[in-house]
Amino acid sequence: MTDWTTLRPVLWEATVETLYMVAVSTVFTLLVGLPLGVLLYATARGRLLAAPALHRVLGAVVNVGRSLPFIILLVAVVPVTRAIVGTTIGATAAVVPLTIGAIPFFARLVEAGLREVDRGKVDAALAVGSTDWQVLSRVLVPEALPALVAGLTVTVVALISYSAMAGAVGGGGLGDLAIRYGYQRFQTDVTVVTVVLLVAIVQVLQFAGDALARRLSHR
Amino acid sequence: MIEVRELSKVYRRAGREIRALDGVDLTVRQGEVFGVVGQSGAGKSTLVRCVNLLERPTGGTVRLDGQVVTDLPPAELRRQRRRVGMVFQQFNLFDSRTVAGNVGYPLEIAGVGRRERARRVGDLLELVGLDERARAFPAELSGGQKQRVGIARALAADPAVLLSDEATSALDPETTTSILRLLRDLNQRLGLTILLITHEMGVVKEICDSVALLRAGRVVESGPIGELVARPDSVLARDLLPAPPGRPAREDRLVVDVTVTPAAADGPVLATLVRRFDVDVEVVGGSLETVGGQRVGRLQLELPGAGGHAEALAYLERAGLRPVVVTS
Repeated sequence: MTDWTTLRPVLWEATVETLYMVAVSTVFTLLVGLPLGVLLYATARGRLLAAPALHRVLGAVVNVGRSLPFIILLVAVVPVTRAIVGTTIGATAAVVPLTIGAIPFFARLVEAGLREVDRGKVDAALAVGSTDWQVLSRVLVPEALPALVAGLTVTVVALISYSAMAGAVGGGGLGDLAIRYGYQRFQTDVTVVTVVLLVAIVQVLQFAGDALARRLSHR
Repeated sequence: MIEVRELSKVYRRAGREIRALDGVDLTVRQGEVFGVVGQSGAGKSTLVRCVNLLERPTGGTVRLDGQVVTDLPPAELRRQRRRVGMVFQQFNLFDSRTVAGNVGYPLEIAGVGRRERARRVGDLLELVGLDERARAFPAELSGGQKQRVGIARALAADPAVLLSDEATSALDPETTTSILRLLRDLNQRLGLTILLITHEMGVVKEICDSVALLRAGRVVESGPIGELVARPDSVLARDLLPAPPGRPAREDRLVVDVTVTPAAADGPVLATLVRRFDVDVEVVGGSLETVGGQRVGRLQLELPGAGGHAEALAYLERAGLRPVVVTS
């Protein structure tokens, strides 16, 4: 029989850990992925900073990152994690593989979002004497903002599911809980509760993301 | 104001060379409205995009106010672009900005302060008749209103030249007329030089002082509109002022087209013709158009007899009516 009175604080702690992992990873993903996505967009042939060679290199790096199964990545970046965080156990350590996994994913979504902005708007901005930086920062990114918010929402949701995996290899959080109690101790009801919690978190985030994207869109 | 010399642009697509412009010469005088017409694919868009260097020409030069702009370094080029405003067929407004935000954009990137910017944006919106909609977003506007915003934005940096790339082609006829009127008004009030490209002859008739016909990347014909329409051999004139549909030709009649312009001789030319040469002139067709602000007419006359009338034709020529014998 599952003892819910002792389990409740554990569940609460695991939820906070999951949210912490996802939140911190999201911040770093945004910080690196947004510029990377912009660069991917802008260096493509015929775009603002056209540099096909650089574009191909960036594209290849991003593709490798995207095609690597997350579970492999998790193990592969252990030395990096140790170098940055000092340990490979715990929620903070899990942030490193999560961020590395999410950056290429988000960067591609940023690139796709920017590509949706009509070229004519870039022409209009250039025609009044904008610098490349001004076109990117004052026209392209604001015009693509609803798409970028939608892309970030998808990325956060992906991070939640990755975080469950990271938890399984010592990262903590709801995924870790589900494995330890639900799987290893055959407490299926704990697994069900963690899954329900994860679903609820995803629903709330997706709803909030959609609402924000809608508010930002003036089309 | 704008001098285009030997301008050429070659695109390479999938190993093939496409010659969009092939040695274009064009002179747009200060303060005039200059139209470039031609079918789609004739190179019109490439031409205007080369004038403000959204495209780098392959060869030739573009001068603005005497200064060659085709080989400027980037920073100079940006400064130069501020002197040339551009409006687009699809308006190309920024959806994320309000009307005021769109119009203020060129001032913002030029480093104009917030207060000064608000004042200038207010003036510009008043100029295009949209001061009520400053806080609206582009999606809330009609096509004509969007183009007014586009025009106000293009004028924000106080350019000497306005380029218009099919600015009215996405608009209905009524809105087209109001936008053309606005452009004409801006041309006259601000002394703005306008280079517009269009595939609609109606636009040229309505507001252009001069016109050039572009075909397969070359200027086939160009000149002030008043001169062109008076030239019966002009391709443009035939489009601007179509020959009137006459009666079926008859072997015993001489059919002559004449062009009546304000520049032609005053006086009752046809009456004189009848009296002096004793011919029974009959007017069998005609059309009257306002072209470039001038009333211009083309009449089809029939004279009895299949030939002769050399003196009568010479008289019409002297009177400036440019007679052309119609052969069928």
